[in-house]
Amino acid sequence: MESNKDSMLDKAEARDSSNDVDVRLLDTILASKSLKDDKGLETGAHSLRKNGLSVELKSTPNVRIEKKEDHPGIDVFVRDDTPLEFVHVPVIITKGGFDDVVYNDFHIGRNAHAIIVAGCGIHNDDACNAQHDGIHRFFLDEGADVQYVENHYGEGEGSGERILNPETDVHLGKGAVLRMEMVQIKGVDSTVRTTNAELDDNATLLVTEKIMTSQKQSAKTIFNVKLNGKDSKCQVTSRSYAIDDSSQKFISNIEGNAKCFAHVECDAIIRDHGKVTSEPAITANDVDANMIHEAQIGKIAGEQLVKLMTLGLSEKEAEKEIINGFLA
Amino acid sequence: MIELKDIAITKGGRQILHDINLRIPDNEFVAITGPNGSGKSTLAKIMMGIEKPDSGMILMNGKDITDLTIPQRAAQGIAFAFQAPVSFKGITVRRLMELASKKELSKSEVCNYLSKVGLCANNYLSREVNSSLSGGELKRIEIASVLARHASVSIFDEPEAGIDLWSFKNLIDVFGELRAECNGSIVVISHQERILNIADRVVLLEDGTIKDVIKQGEKYSLFTDQIRCCKC
Repeated sequence: MESNKDSMLDKAEARDSSNDVDVRLLDTILASKSLKDDKGLETGAHSLRKNGLSVELKSTPNVRIEKKEDHPGIDVFVRDDTPLEFVHVPVIITKGGFDDVVYNDFHIGRNAHAIIVAGCGIHNDDACNAQHDGIHRFFLDEGADVQYVENHYGEGEGSGERILNPETDVHLGKGAVLRMEMVQIKGVDSTVRTTNAELDDNATLLVTEKIMTSQKQSAKTIFNVKLNGKDSKCQVTSRSYAIDDSSQKFISNIEGNAKCFAHVECDAIIRDHGKVTSEPAITANDVDANMIHEAQIGKIAGEQLVKLMTLGLSEKEAEKEIINGFLA
Repeated sequence: MIELKDIAITKGGRQILHDINLRIPDNEFVAITGPNGSGKSTLAKIMMGIEKPDSGMILMNGKDITDLTIPQRAAQGIAFAFQAPVSFKGITVRRLMELASKKELSKSEVCNYLSKVGLCANNYLSREVNSSLSGGELKRIEIASVLARHASVSIFDEPEAGIDLWSFKNLIDVFGELRAECNGSIVVISHQERILNIADRVVLLEDGTIKDVIKQGEKYSLFTDQIRCCKC
């Protein structure tokens, strides 16, 4: 049985002869061991967007995907009580001189359970920039449970930059859970990632963000979270790896407006002339708000290298192992 | 067999070790003890290549390994358990065991190593070796990582430190199994009498020199007097 990814590629191939690039981009941004073997990949709903055009849309009985009429983008509706459904919404860009803005809204029904796999891969061999700005909104009804996986990746030999500026607005209803796993693999010259969230009673937002930058790349991430509901919870874990002359900035503003719990953790490893700034702000507007932030920035600890070297790894192998684990 | 010849090192203007000579044959269990600051851990680190001696030679099965790097010594069959284990964000217990054993491990293989140090694999396989683990848990995982090496010389720097709720009998059993399985030698830096009791030889280090070497069963009462004296 063909996988969903293969199915998308077949359709894409009919429209573009540069299929090797498409395959590599999709393979990179959709690669996720935990998802590969699931039947959801073979039969799930999906939307493939390439160079600003919708290449493929597929709905299922539980997931309806519709093109927006007023903006480029889609509305994804997941029915109430859907037991578990995969939704894939990858975007690929294979040329420069392109600024793609897409508006995707996800409407997740009451007690529905979905895994949404998104992400953007850019291949730019041109002298002009290639840019994609994904404007996503999540509306989770009471009791909905969503895992959102987003991988960003850039490649190509052109002097044009590869730019990704995602904006995500999250609205979590009572008892809703959203797990966001966002990874910038490599090759993105510039990114500003903004996530705004509001949580109702008992809602939970778990964010894991891992970003690697090299050369002169820059990355800025901003989290604005309002814990408005009683017993709402938020955990933001950010791991950064900045090498060469690259720079990263992590900003979080978490407001506790009720009895709630928040934990913000920012860890960064730097090398060469890499720079990382962490600005985690937590504000308790309620006496029962329990809020923690931790931040740690530094190079790889010497004792970590030595430990792995005592197991037989060379210093370079040890460093690679530590970074792979840190960003895994 | 590992052999130290005239090993000396000075750190911060203070001579830590003076012309240490010590031969540890295959399959021997040697405990090195002595007061704090006597140079025990430095001696262990010199064997692993973590610290470089100012003078002297280290031989492994007759081959000069004095100038070999840490991974080169690991390849020669030397393993080292740190007194204060290192934590890693992102590296799981399973991955650490696989790195130590140089191969992918089945769950039952990892379970085998972890159960020897009193840990249940189900609870630890996927856990990161990070600060969410207690000091005792990290210590047991550190020891398990050395067991997974199947080395010919296994060095443990104060293995009992931090193992609060775990009986020393288990630790002693681990050393017994290690010697039987690997046919290798074991070097343990320790203050614990129960560990010293099972060693084939106990080396007493004081002020960077070997004050005495006691074979199992010999001069034990005198030896314990010496220890107490040294601590005074």
